[in-house]
Amino acid sequence: MSDHKQILAGSYGTQHQPIPGGITRWLYSTNHKDIGTMYLVFALAMFFIGGSFAMVIRAELFKPGLQLVAPLFFNQMTTIHGLVMIFGAIMPAFVGLANWMLPLMIGAPDMALPRMNNWSFWLLPCAFIILLSTLFMEGGGPASGWTFYAPLSTTYSNDSTAFFVFAVHLLGVSSIMGAMNIIITIFNLRAPGMTWMKLPLFVWTWLITAFLLIAVMPVLAGTVTMVLTDKYFGTSFFSAAGGGDPVMFQHIFWFFGHPEVYIMILPAFGIISSIVPTFARKPLFGYTSMVIATASIAFLSFIVWAHHMFTTGMPLAAELFFMYTTMLIAVPTGVKVFNWVATMWRGAMTFEVPMMFALAFIVLFTIGGFSGLMLAMIPADFQYQDTYFVVAHFHYVLVTGALFSIIAATYYWLPKWTGVMYDELLGKWHFWCSLISVNLLFFPMHFVGLAGMPRRIPDYALQFSGFNAFISIGGFLFGLSQLIFLWVVIKAMAKKGEKASAQVWEGAEGLEWTLASPAPYHTFQSDD
Amino acid sequence: MAQHKTLLRRLLVICALMFAFSFALVPLYSVFCKLTGINGKTSTNVAGAAAGIDSVREIKVEFLAKADHSIPWSFAPEVSQIRLHPGEVNVVNFRVENMTDEAMVGQAVPSVSPGEAAQYFKKMECFCFTRQPLQARESKLMRLQFYIDPALPKTFQTLTLSYTLFRINEQ
Repeated sequence: MSDHKQILAGSYGTQHQPIPGGITRWLYSTNHKDIGTMYLVFALAMFFIGGSFAMVIRAELFKPGLQLVAPLFFNQMTTIHGLVMIFGAIMPAFVGLANWMLPLMIGAPDMALPRMNNWSFWLLPCAFIILLSTLFMEGGGPASGWTFYAPLSTTYSNDSTAFFVFAVHLLGVSSIMGAMNIIITIFNLRAPGMTWMKLPLFVWTWLITAFLLIAVMPVLAGTVTMVLTDKYFGTSFFSAAGGGDPVMFQHIFWFFGHPEVYIMILPAFGIISSIVPTFARKPLFGYTSMVIATASIAFLSFIVWAHHMFTTGMPLAAELFFMYTTMLIAVPTGVKVFNWVATMWRGAMTFEVPMMFALAFIVLFTIGGFSGLMLAMIPADFQYQDTYFVVAHFHYVLVTGALFSIIAATYYWLPKWTGVMYDELLGKWHFWCSLISVNLLFFPMHFVGLAGMPRRIPDYALQFSGFNAFISIGGFLFGLSQLIFLWVVIKAMAKKGEKASAQVWEGAEGLEWTLASPAPYHTFQSDD
Repeated sequence: MAQHKTLLRRLLVICALMFAFSFALVPLYSVFCKLTGINGKTSTNVAGAAAGIDSVREIKVEFLAKADHSIPWSFAPEVSQIRLHPGEVNVVNFRVENMTDEAMVGQAVPSVSPGEAAQYFKKMECFCFTRQPLQARESKLMRLQFYIDPALPKTFQTLTLSYTLFRINEQ
């Protein structure tokens, strides 16, 4: 703390120019806090839109047989649900948290390239208007699954492919610009004394995530470009008729897709590493090993992609290579989980809402990690491939993992953003409703998956009907529980609540907690 | 600001290189597959005579033929499977018939399963080396002359040769 105070001496809280008013404040904003807020509000809106698609899926699967929607529309729902949640909810929410918190954590006046920051946000709504508009067009939206495997996305898709490809290009440009901004901010704008190994872990994990984004988003752009030219311009990258190979699509896609998985979880590790020490009132155990573990996970993420493709008929040597590298990821991830547990060990713990979500994250994300290990085993994977077991696995890591960390982060930093404490009682209700319903929703998916229920199909064999009704009820409850969250956020944004102190949490450490709550519009400005 | 620009330029170069890399994966993938022979693609070169006959082993070779939906031809091998010694030259004919009232050109693309054995499947003559034009309602026999390389590892007892017939649009 003492060196933090030195860094700060006489450098914050001064308001150099008035805050612009009206819509132009948001349209032309170059302020990292405003842009962060826009990212977070956008992500919340997309979370509810993507969630409503999931409700359609669960309503259709409530009973066997075709009930509510046509199979093609069902496929559009699974596709768009995935795309909206990944590119519209989880990733923008993390970028929003980065925008808000990184400059405050490292003592920077703003992001390094504020105008590019504005641009990278405003591309997002444009991209999603393009993508979602296809649902209202003749033939409907993309229905090939969010993984858009060729030839589903080339030979067997409708013209929504062109919209999809252009939307993904915009999303890619937005992510890349956001990532560059984050890297440049962290490299160039750290306050004097904020050395690399003093960076809060959220900053470290985001730095590594940003490098992953820069490395793989261009590969995604290349993949969708090949899909576009295969469909409209007569190339045959993925068509055997012209000398191409559809299996190559999967290689290129998952070369992007696997690092993408870590893009959605590394910032979550950073969030949990900020929250657990605060409420355990102990410094983070094993800071250096956390940084090394994050970097190792990022490196390993590039050499495991083919574990998504064990059933495509790879040679045994390649399958074994990808199996072992995948299992190796459990080591740095285990280091993290044990470090969090060691941080809590003999700590003076209290259980405010951010901590409860962080604890749920640690337990439930680990369950998702274990099912991932099961999927990594080649002989077992042949049974699990494309079943609900896979759906259960990635929802444990993405919903109770990434999403729970974002919710935890929101509760944790909301007093710093709004200046008022959120409603603790409503927050507790939100937590318990979410925790119970999310497990009703996703845990039985392991069982139906092991019993052979395939994913992405609107109908199922009769023996799965009991579990599916149960899963759907869990899904509806989980969806409804998030309305409590919406209410908590709206209430805090309307400044209804107890005034928050600068420190907010008794055990909180770091530069952001030395600033007043709400954080002033301009912070850490040098006296120029 | 100047240091921002230097770093930004470097990051942009990484982006451009990664975009180029995604396209470079296409030739890399086919080179890798050709070197290792793992995606079942057989050589498109005419093979010379076999080094000798391994009369101890007998290999089962199965034949599959399928016309792509783009070309409404009937397409089938005359025998569905044969047993032969490695090195022994064999001929199998495939019957093809244009079921439509217009002239079309087709080309068969072979694939061998298991993929690792593809490089040991030697073709001395194959209809898949050339385009096959057929008049309306015309039918013909197409010839495949091949042998299995005696160097085929002992683990393989059955090979499946599968042809998919694609339509070629001739300008």
